[in-house]
Order: sequence, then structure tokens, then C-alpha cells
Amino acid sequence: MMRFGLALFAAAGLALGVAGEVRAATPANTFVMAKNIDDIVSLDPAEGFELSGIEIMANVYDRVMRYDAEDIKKLEGGAVQSWDVSADGKTFTFKVRPNLKFSSGDAMTAEDIAFSLQRSVILNKAPAFILQQLGWDDKNVKDLVKATDANTVSLTIKEDFGTTFVLNALSANLASVVEKKVALEHEKNGDLGNEWLKINSAGTGPYILKSWKANDSVVLEANPYYWKAAPKLPRVVVRHVAEAASQRLLLEKGDIDMARNLTPDMIQALAGNKDLTVSSFPKADTYYLGLNQSFEPLTKPKVREALRWLIDYQGMADTFLKGQFQVQEAFWPAGFPGALTENPFKLDAAKAKQLLAEGGYPNGFEVSLDTPTSSPFPAMAQSIQSTMAQAGVKVNIVSGEQKQVITKYRARQHQIVILYWSPDYQDPHANASTFARNPDKPGAEKASTLASRNNWFMPDLTKEAEDAVRERDPEKRMAMYIDLQKKLQKDSPIINMFQAIEQTVQRKNVTGYISGPNPDTVFFRLITKT
Amino acid sequence: MTVLDAVAEKPALGRDGRIWRRLGGLAGSVVLTFFGLTIVTFMIGRVIPIDPVVAIIGDRAPPQVYERIRHELALDRPLAVQYEIYLGKVLHGDLGTSVISARPVLEDLARVFPATLELATTATLLGVILGVPLGVFAAASQGRWIDHLVRVIGLVGYSVPVFWLGLVGLLVFYVQLGWVAGPGRLDVAFDGIAPEVTGIVLLDSLIAGEWDVFWNGVQHLMLPASLLGYLSLAYIARMTRSLMLDQLRQEYVTAARVKGASEARVIWRHALGNILVPLITVVALSYAALLEGTILTETVFAWPGIGLYITQSLFNADMNAVLGGTILIGTVFIALNLFTDMLYQLVDPRAR
Repeated sequence: MMRFGLALFAAAGLALGVAGEVRAATPANTFVMAKNIDDIVSLDPAEGFELSGIEIMANVYDRVMRYDAEDIKKLEGGAVQSWDVSADGKTFTFKVRPNLKFSSGDAMTAEDIAFSLQRSVILNKAPAFILQQLGWDDKNVKDLVKATDANTVSLTIKEDFGTTFVLNALSANLASVVEKKVALEHEKNGDLGNEWLKINSAGTGPYILKSWKANDSVVLEANPYYWKAAPKLPRVVVRHVAEAASQRLLLEKGDIDMARNLTPDMIQALAGNKDLTVSSFPKADTYYLGLNQSFEPLTKPKVREALRWLIDYQGMADTFLKGQFQVQEAFWPAGFPGALTENPFKLDAAKAKQLLAEGGYPNGFEVSLDTPTSSPFPAMAQSIQSTMAQAGVKVNIVSGEQKQVITKYRARQHQIVILYWSPDYQDPHANASTFARNPDKPGAEKASTLASRNNWFMPDLTKEAEDAVRERDPEKRMAMYIDLQKKLQKDSPIINMFQAIEQTVQRKNVTGYISGPNPDTVFFRLITKT
Repeated sequence: MTVLDAVAEKPALGRDGRIWRRLGGLAGSVVLTFFGLTIVTFMIGRVIPIDPVVAIIGDRAPPQVYERIRHELALDRPLAVQYEIYLGKVLHGDLGTSVISARPVLEDLARVFPATLELATTATLLGVILGVPLGVFAAASQGRWIDHLVRVIGLVGYSVPVFWLGLVGLLVFYVQLGWVAGPGRLDVAFDGIAPEVTGIVLLDSLIAGEWDVFWNGVQHLMLPASLLGYLSLAYIARMTRSLMLDQLRQEYVTAARVKGASEARVIWRHALGNILVPLITVVALSYAALLEGTILTETVFAWPGIGLYITQSLFNADMNAVLGGTILIGTVFIALNLFTDMLYQLVDPRAR
């Protein structure tokens, strides 16, 4: 009996051994990447706005204007080749880039471009405001955006805007060119193909969306009609692996080619692994504290200044945030034209105490800090809690799921909140419009700008931000943004702290992965595995 | 007694209405269960502090888009009305569309539940095949080393977090020894080769005759199933041991031994036979717990099962998905209850 039991165990062990060494390698023609992609809600460019989704769409569609892999800092024509701007800056005439073909094999024409832009405005989904701010709505867009012939698209905007701003708006994800014929083929109830395009693609980009299974994987296959050189690896699989430790094990064993979510401590631990390399890419995500102006102590300018001296920016960046964050105390990220790169604040408890006393709180005060549970917020919050305590400011950390924190923030129920912001396109207005602008009046809050959410009403600054976007002289415009950043850096209820750096870890034979500051400047098509 | 008398005495279908009463009672309890489940889950969903509209449209959308979507989702109607709308759809077989996957919830469940089914079934089989004998040995050799071993195994199973065990298991058996495959159900190379029929990788690959895919599936399944099987085993072994100890104290056991029955016969035929009914309950409970989805295991092993699905949906306030998942699990529980009832009938002559 006993022996039977032992025999059973022995047999199991033998079976395991006999199954043999498990082959662990990715197929040579496939790039396999592990990333947490549970944020994807839709892959229709007129609708999708989540970071993981935009990354996928950027590899499946071409947009009207773009930043491409060869030079991620240069704004150039994507689906269009050249353009003329009228003297008043309001009419743009674009020449369509020839020889672009959709994944269906059909050629892209001006009509597809016009249709795609109209569609993004008419469907009025979450990202629509990016084009709507140009003065377009579902009633006028078909007249203001049209194909005047097979190779020409004409756009008229209704507001006074700088040319670079307009061109940048046309480089956003919702300006992706979708095949009109295919979209309308799958139309249901006047949705312009939205339901079908959520999970399928009809673009001219280097890849075709083969499948998206939520919380499981995204599979891309090379588009045989792509107008530039065919992607080096014809297949890309993005595997959803929520647990960073699991990503690490998969990478070490070679079952994936790249891991996107490893934490700084894991990367340090892997430093000695000769099979892996680490790459760093500066990103445009800015991490900040929002001080709700409905909470009395935070309304005092001296208090706000004091809090700026109670954060150990460099200390955090040198320790648990090492390699994945850099200090950036302004609202426009370093590396972008128009960014303010002075970081005057650092941890100085004595100075802070002085300022608090001047502000009427010599013994500090108690305040709550709403913190998402996802990394790195809890660690940042704890550091802030301990440094603020040095001047008597007692911080109570209130943890919540990210969406829970956002819900509370939108309802303006927080005292201090810690979050991040990612610009929708590469123009300073993308951030100025939300950090430095509040079109609401007190008591009639409707806007979602970050200034508004912190109950900050500042008509002068709002006007400055709106003037800046309309300024047509590029140099003058950039100077206006520097000025705005300086003003906000001193006094605004939003304390910008860090800018993200993405670190990817990959097998040493993987090269060619390009990752720019935004999710839509992540490119797979140049990746090779030697 | 004649044959006719014997037949007359046997309770048959409809003879005394017992079967109809049982069915009626069953239907009643099913309906009540569903109402209770859905009402509670629905209310929880509407009360949790996560905004479902924001989950769909994101944080950037302007107020008019927000209001429009809120209206489309009927979130501006009273709770009771919302529930009524939902119930109406469910009774027509429409579980709604999931926010996070943009597909019908039914389709999502058909994709994620088989993954959990595969894992839970394998784990429970392991738990039973190894756990019952272990429990029996422990009871039979009470106080000796095997008894202590079983109790230690049980203790470790209860106390060590499954999350940690999973990662350590991956580190040892996957990375260092290479005996099993890593997180995920299949290697990327094998994905999509065997057409999906049941959603259970092992079955689908067998149906398609793809042996490579089958073996790869087994290699991926082995570690998470063993992990959950271990937890299952810990529970089942402990319960078996207690039940057996109880039996072995009974007088009939002493009587059987005195009458000359072999120890093996006493234990395996008599004592074990007598604990089958409570043991079936124990195993069914253990199986049901695994069928709910094991979120931590699914996260560590990137196993896209119903645990991950419902949790993710909850964090996104995607109540259609959460409700759909809840209804499915409720159904599974009820089915399991029915099944165990039938097993009791088979196993225990007194219950017939």
C-alpha cells in the first residue's frame, strides 16, 4: 500500500523528467513582447486613446502627419506629401502621398483621408476634441474637410491657430487613415464601421491587426502592400502578462524577446545577465501632485511654495525610481521644443517650515493624498509622506484602483492627488491646454482640464495659454510657453515632479526597436533578431 | 416475494410524484438563487466608487461625450429601472457587451471559462488522486511519519501564499530545471494551429490530431495545475484523514478485524466506502472554489481565465461582464450540486 503510493510519486517524477527539457525560444520570424495591455478598450483610431492601444494603431495605420521611426523628432507628411497654407493660416491644401495601399490591396486616395478625418469628428468619441478644437463639428466637417480631387485634400479651420499646432493635431492617432470602402462595408446602424474597426484594421501601415483578445494577446502580421520597406519581422505578438515577475522569468528563459514592464529593482538584478540588454527611452508622461484649491491650507501661495520644497525629487530619482524617471519640474517634458528645463526645487525642510509659518501654518496641517495602487505611485507617495512630515505636514495616504482615484479626482473630492498625464500630440498646447487653462467659472465646472479639477480659476493665465496657441510666429510662441511654465512652476496648484523614461529589457539579439516620447511613436517594423 | 411485488415496491418515476416535487423545488431554488445573485451584484456594481463611463471613454473626453455615453448606458435612470432593463436582456440571452473587450459578454465567457475549466479540472484530479490516498495512509498510520508529513503538507498549503509559491515554482521548474513551460497556455509558435472547438487546449489539440500542440499545452498546464492541485490536495488529504480517523474508531472496524478481514480490506473497502458521501462534498467544494477562477494564479501564469476576467472587469466598473461572470459561476455551482446529488445516489444505497 505504502509502496504503491511511493510508486505513484516516482512515476509522476519520471514522467516529468521524460517529457524532457522544454524547448524555449521564440520563432525566428516573430517578435514576441510581453506587456500589460489590459488598458486597451478599442482599436478604432477614431475611438481608441489608451496608451497600449495607440501603440498598436501606430503600427497599423498611417496618419495625415507623422513622426516616423527614422527621425522621431521630425514632423513630416505621413499620408500626405506636401501642403500649402493660405495667408490667413486657415486653409490647408494637402497633396496626397502617392503609392500608398491599404491591406486590402486598394490604393489610398484623398477621399479616404477626408473620410477618416470626418469620421473622427462625426463619431464624437473620446479623442474627437483634438480635431474639434479646430472648429469642426458633425454639421460642418464634410464641408470644411474634403477631397477636391483624387490627390488633394483641402481643410479649413475656423479658429486662428499656429500652423505647427494644426499640423501636430493632424499627427494624433485619430488622424489615422482608414479605408473608406472597408469601413462602410462593415457599417452597422450608422456607426461608420466603428464596431468592426474596434477589433479589426483597414490601414496602410506596416502591419495588419490579425487578432486582439482582451487580456490575452494582440497579433500583428506584415502588410504585404506597405509603401516603405516591408517589416523585417513579419509577425508581432504582444502577450498580456500582468505580473512583472512573470515577464522577467519568460525573458530570462527566452520565451519572449522583450519585456516592457520590468521594475527598476528587477532591472538592477538582471544587470549581470549576458543574454539581455537594457534600453532607455525618454517619454512625455509627466507625474504631478494636484492640490485641490477647495481645501483651505492649499489656497495659500506660501503653503503651496512650501510643499514644493518638501519633495525629495532627486532622492527618489536616484533610488527606487532609478533609470525610469527624471526630475522635470515643468509641465512640458524635457526634450520637446518649448520645454522649461530649470528644476529649482529640492528637499529643504527648513525653508519649507519658514514658508509654512509665513502662510499661517507654523505647525503644519493634516492632508490626505489619493494614490493609485499601481507602481510607482505608492512608493512616491510614501516618500512624499515622510518628507512632508519633516515640516509638520501630516499626509494620510488613501489608496485606490487607478480608475477609482480618477473618478474621485473628476468629482473634485480629493485634497491632494498624485497622478500622471500623457500629452495627446507633440505640441505644447497639448499640456498647456490642461495645466494652464480653465475656461470654467466657479460653481459651473464642466471642463476636464487639470486646472479645473483642482478648482483653480485663473482667467489671466487661461488667456495667456489661448493666446499662445494662436501665435503664428514659432519663436514667439515657444517663448510664451516658457513663460507660462515659469509662472506655473512657481505657484500653480499642480506640482510637476517627474518625467517618465521607459526601460525595455530584451534578448541581446533584438535590435531596431524604436520608442519615442509618445505611445504613437513606438515602431516595430525595424526590429530584427540577429 | 414475487418479481411483481419487488417492482411495485421500488419507487419509480412519477409513481408517487417525488421526482416532480424534487424538480419543482430545484427550479424554485435556481430562480431564487439567480435573483439573489444578480440583484446583489448589480447593486454592488452601481455603488462601487468607479465611474463606468470613464472606463469606456477615458479621462480626456469632453463633458458632452460623457453625458451622451452615460445616457446610452442608461446610468441616468433609477436603479430599479436599470435592473429591469438588464434582466430583460438576460432573459433573451443577451448578457450585454463588455466594455474592455468590445465583444458580447457571452463570447468573452466562452473564451475565458474553458481556460479556468481546464486548470480547475486538472488540479482537482491531481488533488483527488494524490490527496485521498495520502489522507488514508495518514489515518491508517496515525502518529507515524507519514501522518506528520501529511499534516505538514497541509499546513504549508494553507499558509504559504499561492502567489509566492507560483513564482518560486516558475523559478525552479521553468527557469532553472526546464521541466515545464512558462506562463501562458501555449508557446507563441503553437498559437492558432489547432482550431478552437471547446476552448480547452488539450481537447482541441487532440481533436485536431496535433500532438506537438498537445504536449506543449501539457507542459504549460503542468505547473499551475500542480500548484492548484497541491492546494487542493492539502485540503482533501486533511479532510480524508479526519473522516477516516473517525471511521476507524467505529465498532464495525474492530469487528471486521476480529473476523479476520485484511487491513487493506478494512481500510479501503469498508472505511473508505463509508466516507464517500462527505468526501464527495469535500471534493465538490474544492472543485467549485477553483472554478470561480483563481485570480492570483492566473496573473502569475498569464492564464486568461475567468478570475482575471471578472477582476479586470470589476476594476473597470464593467458591470455587464461582472454580472455575466457571476451568472455563469452561479450556474456552474448549481450544476455541480446536481451532479454531486446524483453521485450520492450512486454511492450510498441509503440515499436511493
